[in-house]
Amino acid sequence: MSERTTAIAYEVVIGLEIHVQLLTDSKMFCECATAFGAPPNTQTCPVCLGLPGALPVINRKAVELGLRTAVALGCRVHGTSQFHRKNYYYPDLPKNYQITQYEYKIHPPLGTKGSLELTADTSPRRIGIRRVHLEEDTGKLVHVEQHGQILHSLIDFNRSGVPLMEVVTEPDLRSPEQARLFLGRLRSLLQAIGVSSGRMEEGSLRCDANVSLRRPGAELGIRTEVKNMNSLRSVERALAFEAQRQEQLLDRGQPVGQETRHWDERRGVTFSSRTKEEAQDYRYFPEPDLVPIAVGKQWIDEVRASLPELPDARRQRYASAYRLSPYDAGLVTSSMPLAIFFEATVGHYPQAKTVANWLAGDVAAYLNAEGLEIEETALTPNHLAELLRLVDAGTISIRTAKEILPEMLRTGASAEQLVADRGLAQISDTAAVGSVIDRIIAEHPGPASDFHGGKTQALTFLVGQVMKKTRGRANPELVNRLLREKLQS
Amino acid sequence: MDSRVHAFLSVDKSSALDAARRWDARRADADALPPLAGLPVAIKDIICSQGLPTTCGSRILEGWRSPYDATVITRLREAGAIVIGKTNLDEFAMGSSTENSAFGPTRNPWDLARVPGGSSGGSAAAVSADMVPLALGTDTGGSVRLPAAFTGIVGLKPTYSRVSRYGLVAFASSLDQIGPLARTVADAALLLQVIAGRDPRDSTSADLPVPDYSASLPDGVKGMKIGIPREAIGAGLQREVNDAVLAAARVLEQAGASLIEVSLPTIEYAVPTYYILAPSEASANLARYDGVKYGLRVRTPDIHAMYARTRGEGFGTEVKRRIMLGTYALSAGFYEGFFLKAQQVRTLVRKDFTVAFGSVDLVLMPVAPTVAFKLGEKAHDPLQMYLTDIYTIPVNLAGLPGISVPCGSADGLPIGLQLIGKPFDEATVLRAAHTYEQSTEWHKARPQLT
Repeated sequence: MSERTTAIAYEVVIGLEIHVQLLTDSKMFCECATAFGAPPNTQTCPVCLGLPGALPVINRKAVELGLRTAVALGCRVHGTSQFHRKNYYYPDLPKNYQITQYEYKIHPPLGTKGSLELTADTSPRRIGIRRVHLEEDTGKLVHVEQHGQILHSLIDFNRSGVPLMEVVTEPDLRSPEQARLFLGRLRSLLQAIGVSSGRMEEGSLRCDANVSLRRPGAELGIRTEVKNMNSLRSVERALAFEAQRQEQLLDRGQPVGQETRHWDERRGVTFSSRTKEEAQDYRYFPEPDLVPIAVGKQWIDEVRASLPELPDARRQRYASAYRLSPYDAGLVTSSMPLAIFFEATVGHYPQAKTVANWLAGDVAAYLNAEGLEIEETALTPNHLAELLRLVDAGTISIRTAKEILPEMLRTGASAEQLVADRGLAQISDTAAVGSVIDRIIAEHPGPASDFHGGKTQALTFLVGQVMKKTRGRANPELVNRLLREKLQS
Repeated sequence: MDSRVHAFLSVDKSSALDAARRWDARRADADALPPLAGLPVAIKDIICSQGLPTTCGSRILEGWRSPYDATVITRLREAGAIVIGKTNLDEFAMGSSTENSAFGPTRNPWDLARVPGGSSGGSAAAVSADMVPLALGTDTGGSVRLPAAFTGIVGLKPTYSRVSRYGLVAFASSLDQIGPLARTVADAALLLQVIAGRDPRDSTSADLPVPDYSASLPDGVKGMKIGIPREAIGAGLQREVNDAVLAAARVLEQAGASLIEVSLPTIEYAVPTYYILAPSEASANLARYDGVKYGLRVRTPDIHAMYARTRGEGFGTEVKRRIMLGTYALSAGFYEGFFLKAQQVRTLVRKDFTVAFGSVDLVLMPVAPTVAFKLGEKAHDPLQMYLTDIYTIPVNLAGLPGISVPCGSADGLPIGLQLIGKPFDEATVLRAAHTYEQSTEWHKARPQLT
């Protein structure tokens, strides 16, 4: 029997590649519509079908949305940016090359070297953005199966040529939770600047992750690429699974294989998608059918001027306007929907600090535990404000408020309704509380005389008993005051 | 007649006749007719046109019909031209003799035992043999000018980006250019007028005004400075070709131009540079022929075998050779040494011309080192075949306009004179070519097909 003394502490290193379908009406290189859900192959033309002789023409709107993102992420925007051909054979890729951008020094992608700050974590962290680039989406394969056998495959080219933006981070994320928070944060930013619908379930935002483990400070370990994560929650779950899987391998002295792994949402595991990873040589070269994109300073300035308030600026504004702590300000601006929620709640209940405390405290704890975003819950700003007013009015205790909050988040119930239905209102009636106190004093003569003997902690005990008797509903201030009066009388 | 020459791969007889009748009916109102009303134009079978197959001279596209017209076809139709048929070519325009067609070679109307040049050999032969007055070819490394020279007609490669490539099936996108073939410079100018100009569907097409080419033809060459590159004359050139080209220069001198010796030191690297760049682009451009969507499909149980067998059976030897060359040149570890280096040399070639054009208006040189060679003579020696394009390839690398005009004959076979202009200065090229042509009788000689 070998004895495991201390588990080796590994650091998880994560980098994300996020593919974003841009909110354009037409495709990246032709006039075809991008609308989701049309009958197969009804939104196609010679260009996106890769017919002989057809040529691509760049969609200006797509470049503009890419620029908005690059500027919002603080990237260096390159004056000229070039498309490349990425060569590989796959039946959903009609030309057998994808028109994309490539990190080559003389032909840079649209934006490089940006960052996005992650503030919702315990300490603020700047996540590097390696590049923002534009490319075209592929078609979609549909396999026709019978008895588990693929009879034949069909191709829907409606998605072929839909504008995609790829955002690649540096390997700066250190936990699956950070990865989820980052992705949520990026999604909010993209929504705020009108670049993406952010709907992961429709595939309009797709995330792949590179994961590896290392001893702190050591060289990067061998990474796996995890694909097929279709929600923020599944990103966190998949990466947690994958980190654990790698840790177990390393603990057993086995190497991590460099491979692509797919996340199986139902089984909650990642599995190897290819038995052997072929070293792909994409033979990138500059796309001769397209002239380089020229982005002048004026265009960049126009884009910058047209951006709405970005999360960083919003955080600073909240900190000064609402006198929030840096942590609270960071948290309530960590996603656009949360910031909007905060402001809306403050509209109903002007004590901003209290609102921020609740959002940063119990609400954030719930969201973290459930892996949800505020907009995915049923809570409304109006109901939260109502809850806080009930506490202020003494109708319910803080403890009761904390107890019913998860239900409000889950079901969308109003605080007043819950308090009324369950008889949770605080007992503030002097006579009612007084009779309970009388009974407690009678049941506990010892502590009562201790109090007379100068032992003040006996009071705490008796208050506890009263609260227990009333299942926490007695107004604590009233209990304190009446107990002192009755004991001293 | 075409049974012996084999210029055409397909002819749209009935709709061509219909169109001809329609234009005939409107002849009374001659002023209202568009510039090419009722004129039959032959189209190299690498330009997409509705109503006729577009094969690119390849088994892999045999029977494929384009659902759309190339921009040049649309413009021809709008100008009243009749798309009479599609002409033979080296497969995907890869070749200098039209022997690389999957559907058999085209023969030179001047001597049926000889090649018409390539790759637009079908278009050139059709014009040369008087089957049509006008044709379109494409020129990636000389494929309009060489067959024009070999068949004794006029062929113009416009400046890269002067004519839209939309609907031209790509061989090497940064070099390909559609150009007119005709019996006279004036006819070539007329055809260029119709097809030139900005096309929003081709982002590499130039947004520049198109001058009236025909109007300036009679203006002559008085005061024009014509450069003769010392590297292009003398050694390595068939003696009759050398003599004919120098004689042509003197004709232009007598017409008022001055001759100046210039130097293009890097053009000796043009052929190897071209054979890195063109195949590299081709390796990607031809990847789409995979059996999945259109054209030939060799049915196999798995997709990789389908790719391999479809392409293995669908492409000819020369196409495969170039796909392999290009794939190699772009591969990891070779990109810098081959592709990138070739791009740099291309810049040097362009610079040579820019320097030369600092002191001259035109550059004059041969189109090809020899007259038309015999079928089969170079078919098994790709290097010798590639060297046929030694004088035309530099012009593609530099993206310049170049014309071939008949300027002599050797053993009864035509010789071509090449005039090269500044970017987008087709007008000067055409004007000088027209002046030369009108001063000589060479363009009047026609092959005697018996």
